[in-house]
Amino acid sequence: MKLAYYPGCSLSSTGIEFGMSAPVLAKALGLELWEIPEWNCCGSSSAHVTDHNLALALPARNLAIAEEAGLDVVVPCAACYARLKAAEAAVRSSRRTKEEIEKIIDRKYEAKITVRSLLDIIYTEIGPAKIREKVLRPLEGLRVAAYYGCLLVRPPKVAQFEDPENPVSMDRLLSAAGAEPVDWGYKTECCGGGHPTISPEFGLKILKPIYEEARYAGADCFVTACPMCFTNLDMRQKEVGKQHGTVYNLPVFYITELLGLALGFEARELGINRHLVNALPLLKHKGLLHPVKGGRE
Amino acid sequence: MERVNLSRELLHAPEVSRELKEHYGIDITRCYQCGKCSAGCPVSFAMDYMPRQIIRLLQLGMKEQALRSKTIWLCAFCDTCSTRCPREVDIHGVMEILRLEAKARGYITHKHNNIFHGIFLQLVKRLGRVHEGGLIVLFNFLSLQPFKDVLYGLPLFLKGKLHILPELVRDRGEVKKIFKRARSEGGVSK
Repeated sequence: MKLAYYPGCSLSSTGIEFGMSAPVLAKALGLELWEIPEWNCCGSSSAHVTDHNLALALPARNLAIAEEAGLDVVVPCAACYARLKAAEAAVRSSRRTKEEIEKIIDRKYEAKITVRSLLDIIYTEIGPAKIREKVLRPLEGLRVAAYYGCLLVRPPKVAQFEDPENPVSMDRLLSAAGAEPVDWGYKTECCGGGHPTISPEFGLKILKPIYEEARYAGADCFVTACPMCFTNLDMRQKEVGKQHGTVYNLPVFYITELLGLALGFEARELGINRHLVNALPLLKHKGLLHPVKGGRE
Repeated sequence: MERVNLSRELLHAPEVSRELKEHYGIDITRCYQCGKCSAGCPVSFAMDYMPRQIIRLLQLGMKEQALRSKTIWLCAFCDTCSTRCPREVDIHGVMEILRLEAKARGYITHKHNNIFHGIFLQLVKRLGRVHEGGLIVLFNFLSLQPFKDVLYGLPLFLKGKLHILPELVRDRGEVKKIFKRARSEGGVSK
């Protein structure tokens, strides 16, 4: 399956683990990724809360390039996915919007192609059964809190592949990889987006119950498919713990890192050694760092 | 406090209700104030008006008060409110529209938020992509808190998560033109 690939800005910096593990996993699952040449930032929340035309036009330029190549677009970052998908939906639903956007980007874009999240592709097109067949290093004994956040599942009219209140795709994929997903109530709670950075005085308060619930549910770690969620959860844990006189020590993983690990790739090539909450002791403790028989190229 | 007859107000649908319906297809008169939006809102604890109260202000034609609220700057745009609304009122959409109008009128009740998003877009305009290291450094300086999160700098850099130099889109003229044209198209229109 050949797809146009839109990595987004975070995947080469704060989300570097996602940027490393997504292509590695995609290749192992038989997905051919064609990175959109000269892609630009989707505008993220900043365009969205500042200028409506800009918020549609920035993603639309990338989509127009993919459309020229005749390929559907796959997006690992949940936030970029939401912006690209919103542009697709807006152009599809109104002729006037389509014409306005085409004028702004000075390219033809008819929304003939579809934007999909990488999680959707792995869950819907590859599926848990196929993952189970390919597992070389089962994630046995690893209790995971699958954290979806907002933008993979909402708004439901746009992000259609999951249930907005009780999504299950990551849980099922992780089960197939041998892990034990925990049942918890904060799957789709918002991590605060930019607030923990912009306004830590209240932004950090949004994170606390998420750590608390995951720990209460007995999870060893979080799993996300969003660089914003990942960064907030991973970077702020120590700080929030300190504020409340406790220690949270829950490593955060991208779904692509854990599936990659299960498929036999080494922690280092997936970027697992780059987290702020060190994930290696947990994996070592669970016996998930040993080389796999036969190995991976 | 002045008494308001709600059913009469709703019947005569203040201008803002009509505007929202005609331009954006959002019918705020449908809201019966169940509060589900506010109960699920992750940021409500920091807001001056709950999301449902913002809708109520608008139902009563008190748009000015809504535009000057902190709420519209604190909304995380996570869409929990709209997703859960039993009356299918797009509360998230209302927040977005109010926020754009407030900014256009210069009502900025959360300066840091405004600074952050402003820098973000400047970087995209100039580089075609966001340079996260640059974003944080500029944000800290312009928001007058140079040492905020400074302890994260070194670990992030050592893990390869912050780069000194930005990654550029080669033809940045195209992205710049998008900014120019988007603004000239009116900017805040939907």
